[in-house]
Amino acid sequence: MPAAMIEVRNLRKSFGDVRALAGADFDVAPGELFGLLGPNGAGKTTTINLLTGLARPDSGAIRIAGIDCARDPKAAQHLIGVVPDESNLYPELSGFDNLCFCGALYGLPREDRKNRAAELLEVFGLSDAAARKFAGYSKGMKRKLTMAAGIIQRPQILFLDEPTTGIDVASARRIRQMVADLRRSGTTILLTTHYIEEAERLCDRIAFLVAGRIVRTDTVANLMQPVQGRHVLQLRASVRTAAVPGLCASEFPKIRFHVLDDERIRAESREPIRVGTLVRFLEEQGVEVAEARIVQPTLEEVFVRLTGVEAAVMQKEKEKPGSRA
Amino acid sequence: MKRWIACWNIILKDMRTYYLKPPNISWGLIFPLAWTGMFFIRSGAGLDSVPGLLPGVMAISVLFGTTSMLAVTVTFEKKSRSFERLLLAPIPLGLLMLAKTAGAILFGTMNAFVPVVMAVFLANLSAVSWTVLLPVVVLIAVSSTFLGLFIAVSVSEVFEAQTFSNFFRFPMIFLCGLFFPIAQLPAWLRPLSYALPLTYGADALHEATARAGRLPLSLDVAVLAVFCLALFLVSLRNIKRKWIA
Repeated sequence: MPAAMIEVRNLRKSFGDVRALAGADFDVAPGELFGLLGPNGAGKTTTINLLTGLARPDSGAIRIAGIDCARDPKAAQHLIGVVPDESNLYPELSGFDNLCFCGALYGLPREDRKNRAAELLEVFGLSDAAARKFAGYSKGMKRKLTMAAGIIQRPQILFLDEPTTGIDVASARRIRQMVADLRRSGTTILLTTHYIEEAERLCDRIAFLVAGRIVRTDTVANLMQPVQGRHVLQLRASVRTAAVPGLCASEFPKIRFHVLDDERIRAESREPIRVGTLVRFLEEQGVEVAEARIVQPTLEEVFVRLTGVEAAVMQKEKEKPGSRA
Repeated sequence: MKRWIACWNIILKDMRTYYLKPPNISWGLIFPLAWTGMFFIRSGAGLDSVPGLLPGVMAISVLFGTTSMLAVTVTFEKKSRSFERLLLAPIPLGLLMLAKTAGAILFGTMNAFVPVVMAVFLANLSAVSWTVLLPVVVLIAVSSTFLGLFIAVSVSEVFEAQTFSNFFRFPMIFLCGLFFPIAQLPAWLRPLSYALPLTYGADALHEATARAGRLPLSLDVAVLAVFCLALFLVSLRNIKRKWIA
């Protein structure tokens, strides 16, 4: 088995004047769940299309399980499964027939693909809808069936392009659970997502992709290091919010205060913050504190620091009406 | 074996999903019937005109059956992105597109024999050389299907596919010697006739039905084969250039 199941070196791709990828480099080890995290237009889907043979790179190297795929994009397709960002099965076929057809595309014999289709429908809770046409499925059901179609041939490497975008909570949970199960069974997985919590929860390593460039690649633990050991308190005050940093500077020299907006203040320190003392002091200064809560450091903070992209912006962009699901 | 399973299932799926649907079967029956009726009435020569009309009606049935269906199905699947499923399958692109077009070739061939079945009851077809007719019809179906593929790969919308198809199809009805001999066309139009594949298909059909071909049958077959190969290769190149770009 090669040291890396996916090797990407200096991968570049432009569409006309638009530069989609500007020299991406990363490796995915056998059995690893690797996340590509970035906003819309960062180059996540382009990366997946290049790796799966749906597009050709302008330059750079791609090796899938040691096979050079930059020259022949179809060379490693027998090893891979793909769950695209859009549920693109055949609307006029039933759920069962869609899975059987996808199995047939990988050469599964008739009985094998029937058994596998039935098994996957059961796993994804779609057995009751097996005979129903795909066109009549809900968004969540479509996503689950698309996921099932991507793994019908038991691929060694699975590419998941935003698998939980725009679907209900229960379906998203089922898909995440399935992804975790596949990882445990040894499947190498490349997952793109703009949901930071999803990447944090599922991935062994994460690459932050912004404007076609990989800003940072590391394990979740290493990425979290800059924000580990910090204590953060978020305050909501009704008046004199902007004056808080100045008022507290001499009394609390080890705490850094940031005014987030008209109401919210963020207090950060390397030492535990004594909430009662701080709140009492502020109220003595005429600042009415409506709320004070300890905030746990998250990967979102790391992402925002490194990329300058607000995580909330990423999610809102994708959830706009008309966004693909 | 794995590739055979994949290709066979692509053909089966297309037949079930597109070609054997009741509206398409009725289209396959009504269209040749309408053309036969139109030219039968127009000729005014009664049932004696049927054998002479047969090559033209068969050729039109194949041409419209294949180009209409393929231009729509491929364009539709490309637009809905389900075509990506096929592009992701571990099958060489050439083999994949042969499987994808095989359904249209079968549909076109079956369409061609609808007017033949009708003609059997109306006229004496004893002069027809069936052993020549069948391979010629298949060859016309292949060339028309690959023309449909070329059109489907050149456009992105279903309506564009239909419009672009008509750009080729309607001139072919009048320029390819289906119902009017090419010799009767103005001299400046004749070179255009010989640049169209259906001219050779129609000539071979005239030869097979009434020994009335104007070109050697071997030349008709060779030129049709070259058109098939050229259209297929150009379509494959366009797929690689446009769809796997």
